[in-house]
Amino acid sequence: MWEVAELGNIPEKEVWYRTLEARHGKELQEKFSEATVAICGLGGLGSNIAVALARAGVGKLILIDFDRVDISNLHRQQYKAVQVGQCKTEALAENLREISPYGLFQTYTTKITEENLQELLKEADIICEAFDDAEEKAMLVNGILEKLPEKYLVSASGMAGLGPANDIRTRRVMKRFYLCGDEVSEVRGELGLISSRVMLCAAHQAHTVLRILAGVQEE
Amino acid sequence: MIKINGMSCDVAGKTLAEYLATTNFNLARIAVEKNGDVVPKAQYETTVLEDGDTVEVVSFVGGG
Repeated sequence: MWEVAELGNIPEKEVWYRTLEARHGKELQEKFSEATVAICGLGGLGSNIAVALARAGVGKLILIDFDRVDISNLHRQQYKAVQVGQCKTEALAENLREISPYGLFQTYTTKITEENLQELLKEADIICEAFDDAEEKAMLVNGILEKLPEKYLVSASGMAGLGPANDIRTRRVMKRFYLCGDEVSEVRGELGLISSRVMLCAAHQAHTVLRILAGVQEE
Repeated sequence: MIKINGMSCDVAGKTLAEYLATTNFNLARIAVEKNGDVVPKAQYETTVLEDGDTVEVVSFVGGG
């Protein structure tokens, strides 16, 4: 179920973790290594969140998306031109294994619904909402808050266009529900999502996940 | 008075659904929290707003 990478010439596991511990400290790295984080949607937000968390040494990532890599994704999402046409779950897991060979990545190539979200997300300590569509975002957030109230949820809203980077922020809406973004910039007209601003928002989400794992949280 | 998204509103006695009907919120794009807990969608019509309640309506926009 949790596949470990089989790659070529890579550092040994012990060296890998010793290096992470040297960067984060042993205690913090253990918290990261023991964590399971689910990422719902593997587009501009989700693929960038996944890369940040994999690099930080988060132990298990649950990657969920029903879609395939499209050429129109490549301007902001962590896929490669040769991966166009692949399932995003498989393509991202492949890329993450190259980045973090000892991370464990579980993939579900399926659409998340009100009916299946409990089953898909039950193993996660923290869930990232990383959908594109506003109504789907609301469905997932309501579903998690109602059915999985014990989970931490890190959602995002408002990161389109070329607005100021500093307008992207993180807000603790409820005890276990954080919202990242400027909450207003939506995709409309010709100016859609710009890689850097989507990455800023994804970085807010990934950073919030790491802060929750570390036990340092805003009031 | 009821505090909704930081503003004092004179809507005590109304249900959440009645209040939302007076706003521009798109019901398919929101999540509502009252006094620290989520209000399930199915309870909007039966949730009565009371003096001193703090309500937050989070409205999602597209993009990700």
